[in-house]
Amino acid sequence: MANYSTNEFKGGLKIMIDGEPCTILENEMVKPGKGQAFNRVKIRKLISGKVLEKTFKSGDSVEGADVMETDLAYLYTDGEFWHFMNNDTFEQIAADEKAVGDNVKWLVENDVCTITLWNGNPIAVTPPNFVELEITDTDPGLKGDTAGTGGKPATLTTGAVVRVPLFVQIGEVIKVDTRTGEYVSRVK
Amino acid sequence: MNDVKWAPSADIETLKQRAAILASIRMFFAERGVFEVETPCLSQASVTDVHLATFATQFVGPSYAKGLPLYLQTSPEFAMKRLLAAGSGAIYQIGKAFRNEESGRHHNPEFTMLEWYRPGFDEYLLMDEIDALMQCILSCGKATRISYQAAFEKYLSIDPLTIELDALKAVCEQYGYTEIAAQETSVDPLLQLLFCMEIEPQIGQNVPCFVYHFPASQAALAKLNEQDPRVAGRFELYFKGMELANGFNELTNATEQSQRFDEDNLQRQQMALPKVEKDNRFLMALEQGLPNCAGVALGIDRLVMLATGKASIKDVIAFDIERA
Repeated sequence: MANYSTNEFKGGLKIMIDGEPCTILENEMVKPGKGQAFNRVKIRKLISGKVLEKTFKSGDSVEGADVMETDLAYLYTDGEFWHFMNNDTFEQIAADEKAVGDNVKWLVENDVCTITLWNGNPIAVTPPNFVELEITDTDPGLKGDTAGTGGKPATLTTGAVVRVPLFVQIGEVIKVDTRTGEYVSRVK
Repeated sequence: MNDVKWAPSADIETLKQRAAILASIRMFFAERGVFEVETPCLSQASVTDVHLATFATQFVGPSYAKGLPLYLQTSPEFAMKRLLAAGSGAIYQIGKAFRNEESGRHHNPEFTMLEWYRPGFDEYLLMDEIDALMQCILSCGKATRISYQAAFEKYLSIDPLTIELDALKAVCEQYGYTEIAAQETSVDPLLQLLFCMEIEPQIGQNVPCFVYHFPASQAALAKLNEQDPRVAGRFELYFKGMELANGFNELTNATEQSQRFDEDNLQRQQMALPKVEKDNRFLMALEQGLPNCAGVALGIDRLVMLATGKASIKDVIAFDIERA
């Protein structure tokens, strides 16, 4: 992989930090009028998801990370791996538990997810921003027809638990924002 | 064509405020009997400073068929000191300065600088005058003052004048600058790192703050302090996380100035940077006699940012480098 000098830093550039592939979120040059220039960079580690700040001496180089993103449809899990397929080439990729992480609860069959590959191996799975899932359990005793009373917890087919308005019942399909884990609406 | 940005990076209202600030600055100096000068943006000589990168071009025309190398000025300092040596008395300039390799939220490679010189002033008197200008333009409170040494002692509990390289590296590691510390072979870049990352954000938050008595190793063009030669008559002004001005009790000794240029070039050699020819016109002016004086350079764009509450330099200049 090529090395990148601080002058090539920009949002979205993938570099290696502490042996882990990272993406640059923000890059700022800091320079005293008479003195050494530095680059203060905000990065997200792509495996752990941690966001941190790092400072480089301007002009230094950092190793690039061979990271690419690809959109694949979720097929199924065999318990150990989660299988995804490219709908154009029918090529399949299996992601392990570490790559899927907490997003396992948003995986819906045939939904197209973004898979992050590092050196060709999946390291992260990002579900669509919105998914539709059926409620398998929620307290039917809590009734009411207004939203905004705080709602009640509801368990979805994938095991995810979200807060829903009181009028939403077992068996209904709801739309959820996967970025925040919040209920959006009922799906008729 | 859709990607071409033709419109200004600053809004027109901000540019009007900027014009009003420039008018106030000119009024400030007119009332004090300091007269405005203009010196060349294009000079035959450049600066030796290891941390300044210049733009170079050349003049081709009558008498210079083969081209005369010229450099865009990183500041009008040398030319203004030649005017002082010629007996100008107190002078100021509002003009463009150019620095390659600098671009960001607080930097544009072409920017506007206010520079002024006061014969008979020392750094303390000049700080008083800068303070008065700040209060006039920004309607802020009176500035505070802290020495470079006291700032490091207060915020990092280290003495920047005596600390050894290894101890300083350990402090840098403590603050998470392990990689930078590991490759560094001299104290000053690490002091600059700690200063701008760890001290600058903490000083001058409510009122401007002068930091004075910079270490002799960072004297630049300032005289060394007569009582304590470990420090120089150099100061900087900070306000709300921004470096606004850099000033000197000016070095007037031609021999010492020439030696500092040589030391810069030696350091350039070690850093694999090209050697820069000394500005002999400037050195001859010092030999002729520069009056004892203090001088300061102040970033107008950053001043306008503070006055208008803008977050980026591009918000206060008509066309930033992306739109130039």
